[in-house]
Amino acid sequence: MDNPFKGSDVVSVLDFSRRDLELLFEYADRAQRHAGSKLDALRGKVVALAFFEPSTRTRFSFEVAAKRLGADVISVSGEEATSVAKGESLADTVRMLDAYSDLIVVRHRYEGAAKLAAEIAESPVVNGGDGWQHHPTQAMIDLYTVLKLFGTIDGLNYALLGDLRYGRAIVSFLYGLTRFRPGAVYLVSPEPLRPRREVLAKLGELGFKCEATCSLEPIIGEVDVLYVSRVQKERFPDPAEYERLRGSYVVNLRTLSRAKPGLKVLHPLPRVDEIAHEVDGTPHAAYFYQASLGVPVRMALLSLISGVEI
Amino acid sequence: MSSEVSRFARIRSGTVIDHIPAGRALEVLRALGISGREGYRTIVLMNVESRKLGRKDVVKIEGKLLDSREVALVALAALSATISTVEDFEVRRKVRVSAPDEVEGLLKCPNPTCITNKEREPVRSRFRRVGGRPVEYQCAYCGTMVRLE
Repeated sequence: MDNPFKGSDVVSVLDFSRRDLELLFEYADRAQRHAGSKLDALRGKVVALAFFEPSTRTRFSFEVAAKRLGADVISVSGEEATSVAKGESLADTVRMLDAYSDLIVVRHRYEGAAKLAAEIAESPVVNGGDGWQHHPTQAMIDLYTVLKLFGTIDGLNYALLGDLRYGRAIVSFLYGLTRFRPGAVYLVSPEPLRPRREVLAKLGELGFKCEATCSLEPIIGEVDVLYVSRVQKERFPDPAEYERLRGSYVVNLRTLSRAKPGLKVLHPLPRVDEIAHEVDGTPHAAYFYQASLGVPVRMALLSLISGVEI
Repeated sequence: MSSEVSRFARIRSGTVIDHIPAGRALEVLRALGISGREGYRTIVLMNVESRKLGRKDVVKIEGKLLDSREVALVALAALSATISTVEDFEVRRKVRVSAPDEVEGLLKCPNPTCITNKEREPVRSRFRRVGGRPVEYQCAYCGTMVRLE
């Protein structure tokens, strides 16, 4: 089968088709079968992790994925720790990393940073999150999680609850859903956190149907997947606006009392207070399982980009 | 252009930018980087009568011809404009501007956290046209949409 990932940049999940993502999921299944063991697939390769913005899960899971595949890892984390603090441009840092490595993962608070890095670097560039725009590998993990939980992504009813304006993970998940045939898709958020105009324009262009609503309550009974995201404090131009909106939605046992027994709650983490801890022990909570799939999906992606079998 | 306006101020050779929406002549000049210190004899007519637009602005620049980049800049500042090349008081060529499909380095992305607005980053803004009427452009880096009047 053709490998469309080989040598490719991964800037947006929209760069990939359903078929591409299904190939990735097959590789993620294979990676899961190797859980706990170290492979030689990327022996001799160097993966550069350039995280100019805080990260826990994404950076660690890329690092573990690369090491499990036998690659060496070099990393830059936090703007203060590098030449960036001395005023070096992203472009120059990327050129340097390009010379030292075979693949670069970039996270940056500026939208378009990964696209710029991809234009500059000869090595493939993977977007580990650029501002409020894209987080394609999180979307891949989230779709894979749904597939593992339900055996399908198609035909399910989805509610995406939270910061659809500044949340790159939740919007990337939405973009990812456009590659499949979901049932109903509800975008649930207070008015100021509705998706940006360009996101709605893209959905319109793709002919993707979804419904915006302010309240989860009337629809919770028909939802299979409830995807929750936090209000993105760091992206709010006005801190007072953030304070006004934080806590404007909370998923707790009362919220879930009228849900289908099989409803699963996903969250890209970290959470603040949008999912009460009392939900963690219920069969609905799937967010820690979701986080655990970060390594196999990123192993799959790294091996496909590098054109190696696992 | 009405004969009244023509009588008011003519140029021998250069460029006449006509049918600028009323009140936007200074934006056109700013887009062309003309501040007045370049030495061009420049005539600016604002809010003059127009059959097509009701009111319009007109800019005449003596001794300057516009290149394709400058024509695109005029289009982005004033979509209804026409550009005439004048030689010896005669109009030799007249074109209606049209919004280009792609523009590089001409529009500033309004999103402050777009990579094209990052200090010391060697990257030019790049927009592609996404809408017919109203004319809209989308930033190739951050996706922000900009509507032109």
